[in-house]
Amino acid sequence: MNRYGWRTGVLELAMIAVALIVGFPLYVLINLSLRPTSDTSSPIIPTTSPTLDNFAAAWQEGDLGNALINSVLVTVVSVVLVLAVSAMAAYPLARATAAWSKGMFLLILLGLMLPFQLASLPLYQTMRDLGLLGSVGALVLFYVGLQVPFTTFLYVGFLRSLPPDFEDAALIDGSTPWQAFRYIVFPMLKPITVTALVLNAISIWNDFFTPLLYLSGSDQQTVPVALSGFVGQFVTDWNLIFAALVISIVPILAVYFALQRSIINGFAGGLKG
Amino acid sequence: MALFAFIVLVPSARGVYYAFTDWDGLDPDHAVIGLDNFSAMLDDPDALQAIWHTLLIAVAITVIQNGIGLLLALGVNTVIKSRNVLRVFLFAPAVITPIVTAYLWRNLLGPEGAVNSLLGAVGLDSLQQDWLGNPEVALWSIVGVIVWQFAGYSMVIFVAGLQSIPKEIYEAASIDGGGAFRRFWSVTRPLLAPALTINLMLSIIGGIKLFDQVYALTGGGPGHATDTISTLIYKDAFTLGEFGYSIALAVVLTIIVAVVSSGQYVFLARNERSAS
Repeated sequence: MNRYGWRTGVLELAMIAVALIVGFPLYVLINLSLRPTSDTSSPIIPTTSPTLDNFAAAWQEGDLGNALINSVLVTVVSVVLVLAVSAMAAYPLARATAAWSKGMFLLILLGLMLPFQLASLPLYQTMRDLGLLGSVGALVLFYVGLQVPFTTFLYVGFLRSLPPDFEDAALIDGSTPWQAFRYIVFPMLKPITVTALVLNAISIWNDFFTPLLYLSGSDQQTVPVALSGFVGQFVTDWNLIFAALVISIVPILAVYFALQRSIINGFAGGLKG
Repeated sequence: MALFAFIVLVPSARGVYYAFTDWDGLDPDHAVIGLDNFSAMLDDPDALQAIWHTLLIAVAITVIQNGIGLLLALGVNTVIKSRNVLRVFLFAPAVITPIVTAYLWRNLLGPEGAVNSLLGAVGLDSLQQDWLGNPEVALWSIVGVIVWQFAGYSMVIFVAGLQSIPKEIYEAASIDGGGAFRRFWSVTRPLLAPALTINLMLSIIGGIKLFDQVYALTGGGPGHATDTISTLIYKDAFTLGEFGYSIALAVVLTIIVAVVSSGQYVFLARNERSAS
């Protein structure tokens, strides 16, 4: 049943056909982004005189450079903080057998269930009263608070499956608990760290609703919000809009194709927990 | 932990409280009006319709996305030569920003868009239409966009599940005379239960909370034809200033998520246990 016969060949062709259908929208996206506005032929016909003018115009008009810097900054700072805080919080949680760790666990699960829509409006008011609206720092604060529970949850699950023998040995040899964590435990957490990194980075980078609320009306924008403003401004100039969309997805797709194995395993693995 | 309380728990609790008031989002004074927001919802056709749309979208996405995801997983989990390339390629849409895919599809599904051009090119002119402007079809167009983006995600989780099934079981089933379909039904299906549980949870909860794509594709229109609870929450709060009512909708959404996910969890956990 594992040989490559004619049935397998048919299956292969069918799967490639499916992939072409899935890829079709991306083809149109790139095709139209390269097309001068004067060219009004059908969107599925390859462009005859490709130009990069749209990209230059989109880059300038949409202030995309700034938005990209903001997005990178918010994502990197948030993810680093989330991972550091979660790993350190998970360690005592996983090793302690105290009853309160179960209560804490249930609280975290509750946090995972509550839809963000419920908290977002009162939080909007709080942020406004604190004068944090429109600042990128508020976003980082928000993501850290939102993602730490889930990430801690991943770490605790993983830590429970690791035997404590290694750190016990280190402690007996005279290391401090911090050293044992930093040099023994944290390196062993690498697989789950990769998973957590991937899941957090993608959800923060792609988030639209939060920055839409907390950054609206300010000159600070992340990529999704900048795009939404851009679409509102250039309603029908789709060639320009498509160029902006291409600019925004190139960084994600580049990272994705470079790290595809870790990323796919991250998605598949973290959710098995 | 304190930050978690500040960002999630406290605002959620305050949210529940505001659902029973006539708060307008600006005025610090507000009156407690009991269940008025909830009874107003029952008289609000837009709200009832949005709740119905939310459930419909969630169920449709769950069924179609996982059906396609499973077929793709069975397809790439074979000896075909392109399996690794296909897996990477089919998953790619899932990492793209949802708002970007939504804007892309808003153009593709437009009257002059690529979908209609393609239909014309293969002689299916009769199917050409304004996919997002027609209230009868718009909701299904949104479902289609979500499925396009996330079927690869379901596939990846199913593939992980398939690869955890030991080959020996298939060989044993084969020797015992089990045909391809019988092997799938009696071996793959029960052993895939954990992957199915995760996939169903993710897609149904994702479907219920859906906001970005609806906002960017149709904004809830035409009229209210594609409004979901999430888009209505946003509109009521930020364009109409009815924060109390809006939060009452959020409470309804929370209840739906809680009921669906705990119900599903109990059902699937029982299913998993009896299957293994």
